[in-house]
Amino acid sequence: MSFVQNFPFFSIIAAMFSGILSSVLDGRKARNLSLLVIAVTTGMSVMVLGFCMRTGESYTYMMGHFPAPWGNEIRAGVLEGLTAVMFGLVMFFAVIGGMDHTAVDVEESKQNLFYIMIDLMLSSLLALIYTNDLFTAYVFVEINTIAGCGLIMIRQVGRSLSSAIRYMIMSQLGSGLFLIGLSLLYDVTGHLLMSPAKEAVAVIEAAGLYAVPMLVIMAVISVGLAIKSGLYPFHYWIPDTYGYATPTASAILSGLVSKGYIFLLIKIFYRVLGQENVIASQMINVLFVFGLAGMLMGSVHAILEKDTRRMIAYSSVAQIGYIYMGIGLGTQAGMVAAVFHMFTHSATKALLFISAVGLYEVSGDRKDYRSLIGAGYRNSLAGIGFAVGALSMVGFPMLSGFISKLLFATSALQSPHKMLPTVIALAVSTVLNAVYFLRLVITLYTIPSGEENEGESTSALPEKQKPEGIKESREKQIVLKRQRFSKFRLAVVSYILLNLVLGLYSQPIVAAIGKGLSMFD
Amino acid sequence: MAGMPLFVNIEETVSIILFGVGFTMLMLHRNLIKKIMGMNIMDTAVYLFLAAKGYIKGRMVPIVTDGIQDVSAYINPVPSGLVLTGIVVSVSTTALMLALTIRLYERYGSLDLDQILMRAKEDEEV
Repeated sequence: MSFVQNFPFFSIIAAMFSGILSSVLDGRKARNLSLLVIAVTTGMSVMVLGFCMRTGESYTYMMGHFPAPWGNEIRAGVLEGLTAVMFGLVMFFAVIGGMDHTAVDVEESKQNLFYIMIDLMLSSLLALIYTNDLFTAYVFVEINTIAGCGLIMIRQVGRSLSSAIRYMIMSQLGSGLFLIGLSLLYDVTGHLLMSPAKEAVAVIEAAGLYAVPMLVIMAVISVGLAIKSGLYPFHYWIPDTYGYATPTASAILSGLVSKGYIFLLIKIFYRVLGQENVIASQMINVLFVFGLAGMLMGSVHAILEKDTRRMIAYSSVAQIGYIYMGIGLGTQAGMVAAVFHMFTHSATKALLFISAVGLYEVSGDRKDYRSLIGAGYRNSLAGIGFAVGALSMVGFPMLSGFISKLLFATSALQSPHKMLPTVIALAVSTVLNAVYFLRLVITLYTIPSGEENEGESTSALPEKQKPEGIKESREKQIVLKRQRFSKFRLAVVSYILLNLVLGLYSQPIVAAIGKGLSMFD
Repeated sequence: MAGMPLFVNIEETVSIILFGVGFTMLMLHRNLIKKIMGMNIMDTAVYLFLAAKGYIKGRMVPIVTDGIQDVSAYINPVPSGLVLTGIVVSVSTTALMLALTIRLYERYGSLDLDQILMRAKEDEEV
């Protein structure tokens, strides 16, 4: 056994223990520890990915001393490695990009708690990616929920508390359904490990037994995870949650947390219930229809929204709809497109949230369209970042969003019954996306004129009005600002690069996703 | 009795009904405390289901006594383990929800979720 094979386990444990260690550290050290751990685990994931690519097969890793049907297992393959790398990168830059805002938004004494939540989030995401055991998945789903709730409520202003309780309630509904689904599944198959459970499911399906319970299990697990990832009719918690948390938390929650659940759902479809059974059960059509509804309604809500940050959050609803639509197509190509869009969306949405914050900074911390007029000139990098993110979401060639849409469209052509609705919904949704994203981009690059000028000049006021006496503190501020900008710059530039890599270098990534999905069987 | 599977599997029937009760309470009730109670009923229903599934009539607790090593003497220990884990999880989520509820009550002076959301919205507009 190669040493690299230990890495999935190491990365989960390292993230978890860094959380425990952070509880006795001060905020700064906890932050550095978090960054270190994210970097190290991402490095490990890269090596796992490399290992699986080289050997061309996945492997299971026994936890403890009990062999397969009884013990607990971790499983790693190309898709797991790739997802872990993507999540790690997005998380790393989300923490860096929002670092200074975290320092302001979160009370001094609670800084380390914020980074504990980040560590726990990382650990639970990695565990959701790597685990081969259903009950372990449930436990980490709950850890994920608790960490997510902590990330939202730690910023104690505005509606963050009420949105945290809403998030918690919806998440509990979802995990309750997931838990009862697991219990029923355990009852029918007698296994919690994914591979033996799948064998049992195959035997049951072949014998034609338990038709109704199997349908209930599929429905309950899918709906439970769909609620948790914010599929359209269950999306009410999304705008508040993403709109009021601190930027790092928004980027992580929208970019990664919902994707973790979707990844788990895909894994359960392939590795436990059997993709062909799911397709035969019509469950996939339900997801397809809700996905289509989400694509359109999410965009409509986003157009109607006046607060730009909530608008970005509503656009997440639409993008989650895309992903479920891809899953709902029921073909291998559709699933590849869905997974690729998962990556696209996590990189792009994090970019949008982080760069939007840079724009609010120079607009007197206001988030409406009027205040943002000309903000693209005041903070040019944030403007560029936002424009790239917006264009990627709309599907501009060279950027990752284009590849996603291309994959969705080509995979739709392979499923005759779903081709027309998919293509129409894609077209309409693209137009709607363009309406609200390009409106904001145009706003950002409109030169402020006449009365609108007031809004801009107030933000520039403090610098002009400062008397000579407090020059020193002003210089300090500028130094602080410069530091902030370099971190911010790093994050935005990296996200843009990530987007370009996904857009320009998509062929090998798509091939790897396909390879990883076929390893699931 | 063959035509009455619901009564043969009485524990499972009851636990699914309880799950429904808890789920509906968590989803629809406006009072936060009652929502949390609903969540607990929902979770407990699952534990009843698991415990009922793990029990095999006429067998013993899965602790080796009197040197009996034979598997057929004991009930299935896995569901009990799951129940224990599940209880730990639900205790922590309950604690978190209660803490949040206290915070919300301190700030908005209400346990009614609709009122809390309304007041939060008003606060923002001011």
